[in-house]
Amino acid sequence: MTLSQELLAGSRLALARVITQIENGTEAGRIALDELFPYTGRAHLIGVTGAPGTGKSSLVNQLAIAFRQSEDGEAGRVGIVAVDPSSPFSGGAILGDRVRMRDLAGDSGVFIRSMASRGSVGGLAVATSGVVQALDAAGFEIILIETVGAGQAEVDIARLAHTTLVVEAPGLGDDIQALKAGILEIADILVINKADRPGVESTERALLSMLQLAYPAKQILRDHSSKPGHRWIEAESPPSNPANSSEAELWVTPVVKTIAVEGQGVSELRSTIELHRRFLAMTGEREQRERRRLHAEVDLLLRDTLLKRWMAGISDGQYEQILDLLVRRELSPWRAVQLLIEN
Amino acid sequence: MADRKIRVLVAKPGLDGHDRGAKVVARALRDAGMEVIYTGLRQTPEMIAESALQEDVDAIGLSVLSGAHMALVPRILELLRSNGQEDVSIFLGGIIPDEDIPKLQAMGVRGIYGPGTLTEQIVKDIRLAVTRAYADSN
Repeated sequence: MTLSQELLAGSRLALARVITQIENGTEAGRIALDELFPYTGRAHLIGVTGAPGTGKSSLVNQLAIAFRQSEDGEAGRVGIVAVDPSSPFSGGAILGDRVRMRDLAGDSGVFIRSMASRGSVGGLAVATSGVVQALDAAGFEIILIETVGAGQAEVDIARLAHTTLVVEAPGLGDDIQALKAGILEIADILVINKADRPGVESTERALLSMLQLAYPAKQILRDHSSKPGHRWIEAESPPSNPANSSEAELWVTPVVKTIAVEGQGVSELRSTIELHRRFLAMTGEREQRERRRLHAEVDLLLRDTLLKRWMAGISDGQYEQILDLLVRRELSPWRAVQLLIEN
Repeated sequence: MADRKIRVLVAKPGLDGHDRGAKVVARALRDAGMEVIYTGLRQTPEMIAESALQEDVDAIGLSVLSGAHMALVPRILELLRSNGQEDVSIFLGGIIPDEDIPKLQAMGVRGIYGPGTLTEQIVKDIRLAVTRAYADSN
């Protein structure tokens, strides 16, 4: 049996080894991804991002527990990919997300994999998407992807995940921070974790007022069908009944408060995720996102492959010569590229 | 681009109260370019074996200060074997009496390090063991 056949047959060791091959970018990893791709596309991918220390790992831990406890008997299996940064100097990394996930030990329906970012700057590693595909093919129905502690511009996760959670905590910034472009814009659900901390009201106020500014056009459209005065209240909760066609078109980013270490607010967060999942399915947004994601992925691979193919045709010596000219300011970077390509 | 990183699980089995030493070693391995999966205090042998499997690590660094190593280490080795991970190299640090060292080595522990060990030594030993295991598997 090949590694991917063993993976499909349910071997956890094979899954772990396939992931290693994918991470290392080996030929075996590429072959496995080819073989596994037809089995992917079933999992719901949930991205969890936010600044360092907002409690992403603790929240992922609690969410996994919540998804494993299903009222209707059969709980889906949960895969977790947790990315931590690699050192820009040594290339090494301390991957510490498992420390907060010890409650999940002993549950064979959970698989946790820590990944180092390996020089990638968007909050994920280059191989994260491939690793997620391996978990998807292995039959994990929910896949939680925790990014590197992200600042403002690490938004790659929105391209990968179906539902993106942006985790905030009280005391991290004011309404101007909330207004800036970037990470808050990608949230399908905003989570204020550590909601027992002082300052939670002002954080909530800042986020809600940011959301109000973000949706004026859509909000006005909605006002035709809702009573006057309900305009801004809508922003605090997800559409109450997505089956209702007038509301189904629009997802208003809800704000959910949690205290992850105590598990508070987590079941509400889980329901909100389920609601978003149904919204995506019903509006056809899921297919669109899937298409955008695969587009971005093929783009990336194409760029990578073309670059490598081209690099193989040029000697280190040539490259160094051009670099020397650049350093002496005899060439501009654009001229250098032209020269290199025309060679 | 095939880029093979050495992945090491650093874990503290048993009931030790602090993990200062384990953190120093984890940091040294990080600075040597390795990816360290750090799991924290009070891990059971089952938790350690499960983490080692999911993370597909090349080596495991165990730190035991409590004196329970003769119970914990054999159990971890047994679980790794039953998971098909007998090729993972095990290293042990902490307070290990001299008379236990040959017994632990006979069980398959690759290196045993007491207080005062230079972290460079640990880095060197792990790198050597993993490179060898990798060469054997190819």
